[in-house]
Amino acid sequence: MRYTPHTEAEIAAMLDAIGVYSIDELFADVPREHRFPRLDLPDGLSEQEVAALFRDLAARNGSMDAHSCFLGAGAYHHYTPALIPHLLFRSEFYTAYTPYQPEVSQGTLQTIFEFQTMIARLFGMEVANASMYDGSTALAEAALMAARLRRGRGTIAVSEAVHPEYREVLATYLSGIGLRIVTIPFDRTTGRTEPEAVAAAIDSETAAVLVQYPNFLGAIEPVAELSEAAHAGGALSVVSADPVAQAMLRPPGELGADIATAEGQPLGLPLFYGGPYVGLLATSMRNVRQMPGRLAGLAQDADGRRGFVLTLKPREQDIRREKATSNICTNEALIATAVTIYLAALGPAGLREVADQCYHRSHHLAARLAELPGIDRPFTAPFFREFVVRPPLPPAQLNRRLWEREGIIGGLDLGRFDLGLEGCWLLTATEMNSRAAIDRLVEAVAS
Amino acid sequence: MAAPVDTGLLPAPPLLFEQSVPGRNGVQLAPLDVPRSALLPDELLRTGLPLPELSEPEVVRHFTNTSRRNFSVDQGFYPLGSCTMKYNPKINDRVADLPGLAAIHPYQDEATVQGALRLLWELQEWLGEIAGLPAVSLQPSAGAHGELTGALIIRAYHEAAGRQRTTMLVPDSAHGTNPATAAMAGYRARTVPTGKDGSLDFAALQDALGDDVAGLMITNPNTLGLFVEGITDIAAAVHEAGGLVYMDGANMNAMVGVARPGDLGTDILHFNLHKTFSVPHGGGGPGAGATAVTAELAPFLPPPVVCRDGDRYRHDYRRPRSIGRVRAFYGNFNNAVRGYAYLRSLGGDGLAEMSRLAVLNANYLRAALAGDLELPYPRICKHEAVFSARRVAKDHGVRTLDIAKRLIDYGIHPPTIYFPLIVPEALMVEPTETESKHTLDHFIAALRAILAEAAATPELVRAAPHSTPIGRLDEATAARRPVLTWPLPGDRP
Repeated sequence: MRYTPHTEAEIAAMLDAIGVYSIDELFADVPREHRFPRLDLPDGLSEQEVAALFRDLAARNGSMDAHSCFLGAGAYHHYTPALIPHLLFRSEFYTAYTPYQPEVSQGTLQTIFEFQTMIARLFGMEVANASMYDGSTALAEAALMAARLRRGRGTIAVSEAVHPEYREVLATYLSGIGLRIVTIPFDRTTGRTEPEAVAAAIDSETAAVLVQYPNFLGAIEPVAELSEAAHAGGALSVVSADPVAQAMLRPPGELGADIATAEGQPLGLPLFYGGPYVGLLATSMRNVRQMPGRLAGLAQDADGRRGFVLTLKPREQDIRREKATSNICTNEALIATAVTIYLAALGPAGLREVADQCYHRSHHLAARLAELPGIDRPFTAPFFREFVVRPPLPPAQLNRRLWEREGIIGGLDLGRFDLGLEGCWLLTATEMNSRAAIDRLVEAVAS
Repeated sequence: MAAPVDTGLLPAPPLLFEQSVPGRNGVQLAPLDVPRSALLPDELLRTGLPLPELSEPEVVRHFTNTSRRNFSVDQGFYPLGSCTMKYNPKINDRVADLPGLAAIHPYQDEATVQGALRLLWELQEWLGEIAGLPAVSLQPSAGAHGELTGALIIRAYHEAAGRQRTTMLVPDSAHGTNPATAAMAGYRARTVPTGKDGSLDFAALQDALGDDVAGLMITNPNTLGLFVEGITDIAAAVHEAGGLVYMDGANMNAMVGVARPGDLGTDILHFNLHKTFSVPHGGGGPGAGATAVTAELAPFLPPPVVCRDGDRYRHDYRRPRSIGRVRAFYGNFNNAVRGYAYLRSLGGDGLAEMSRLAVLNANYLRAALAGDLELPYPRICKHEAVFSARRVAKDHGVRTLDIAKRLIDYGIHPPTIYFPLIVPEALMVEPTETESKHTLDHFIAALRAILAEAAATPELVRAAPHSTPIGRLDEATAARRPVLTWPLPGDRP
């Protein structure tokens, strides 16, 4: 076996040192009738064969490398600068684990500290952790955190315009400890969550109001007014925000949000068929002791040299066991590192440029589609990089035609979710959608 | 034979924020080739984005130098107990990076991702075969996430039968995630003690069992590195009391081809693909969990599960009795790719050999060091050996923490320390199968040298490490006055 170094002679010497005759003897404590089962698994392959097998598997998938794509809905196709994989594959980042021993883990710890700083600044918040599994679990953990901060209140109010899969995850996470969910309907004209609907949905039992910014339908939510409505009812405001949009839009921290969460994937991560991504979670310092997950902090050694350590650990499961703020242990540190590299490389101007391109390309696409007969945009609220249209054909049929005739991966058929949006199509454009590709989509829809 | 080394770790580069120069930028996009649209109203727009400004070479140098302050598996021995820091085969990363596997969108039509779906389906099937539990979800993102999935399945199972059960039994040797998971699933965690032999105290278990008990979350091999003897009787007793058995599979590196947890009475098991199946640990993730259950519990798995119709693969969302999703999309797919590549590389025989050699390596360390450190449970171990340095602490005032820090000076990452909690001054050493006898001999020699130092020059060990750019950090002050972000210019630091 190529990953193990043992020779027969070494094995013999080791068995001798242990005082047994065979490796089998080391398993004498395993019930005999269940010991060493014959497993029905494939035979091992050489590296060369594995490479060939994967070339074949990969060839059965239609990738962004060969096709233009207008899908978003929580996973966005952005450009990944070459330095990101190059730096991430450095063994020192890649094959280390949680920095339990700070003297030999300063690379990871300093990166986490830089990550926390940049994420907090991106959302206009005071502190961010590192990290949650993804955007959906970050939002669910934020709801649990809000319930701890508003102890005694047993309801979480969530906008219907939050990603449906995020709402499913929220329901799963809240089910264990018996928190209730109230759904705030979105406005069928604007496509936004309106402050009056929040006011109507909440009461003295509501711990938090959860919205998405921009929301699942692409609409830019009136976060300041929604936060105000939440606060008027004594509830916290929790905002699941798009991180790229933060370069253009006022951040949740300036709009009254108490906790901001996000899916970090749009910050330069490949699509990876849905994961691994990274959940972001930011808040103010007064809430920090109820935060889930890892935090790195500044520290000094005896000679006054600067370093970083994992800190505020009594929140975590390995110290607090059943009283921990969350059971999360292994998180998404390497993806957080990728995000840190991305933000460092783009800087404020680069990220604003990505945001601007998303805005202008998606608006160009919307304008071109609006010229076609029989297609309309059902919602009036301003949008950032994705929007809903109602095409003349059912979206599933349209997507199939686009793929078969043009090799285009179309938009999302919103009929697959329980939103009352049958016949609606969610389209996205980023810096990866050239004018030519947009024109080709519009022509294909027209034909 | 073993002598202190230069760790080669670099001094700290300045923070990104300290290197920032206004006007620099490290990435250039293709120019905007569509007309500009009218901008949003001013009140929606942000002013000011305080991110650092650097050129590409500066960013590359910064992160290269930052990385060189880490110790990693690719640099040397990393026997961090319970974490299975084995070698991460490079082919796994190469294939995971293929555009056909990395650049695909989770909402693409299933007809356009048949390769990805086939991979997921086969991985489900084979993990189920290893577990002896036929139904598998790849949605959990890490071990603790798999635990939560399992604990919620236990809840759903009892609720479907109209039973209200409030308590989850957790052995005192469990990972901290187990009680935290039980609490997240709405259970009170009740501790069951370990017996004198290092297995679960069966009499105490029987006392703890009652009609309030939803299940038992057990780790096997446990965190003492020991196979839980009487596991089938334990499982039978839990079942007899109407509960389910959850097995924390963090230690499955010792078990593949050794025994199938399902055969031993386990109802639910999670795998850590980043331990047993060689997915790199990334400085703390991403991992990948996978949760396997009995056929009876299959309806409770999160949607979707991948299924096969003839030669077509699809996501099955119709799971009306499910606990619901535990995350968006389908899990850490790109890590499932790595786990699958590892499984295909080793095959059934190779995986069995993996577990056998992991157990051989751990027992070699146990036997070699039995005369130097205390072994609280002196019997054959599985994938890791847990020692106690209590005698050294008592005789020389040198604690486990000091020994761990001194190992750094010998070029070795410290083992897990002070865990499990039931062993005083614990050192939990997990060598994994990918280490040679030569490396293990070096570790043995280094530990012996440190123990000699502890007797002769204890202050040297207590002040370790001496070979790193920084010494021990003041964690107490860091926690008392937490500085968790770098201040903006003008902010009070």
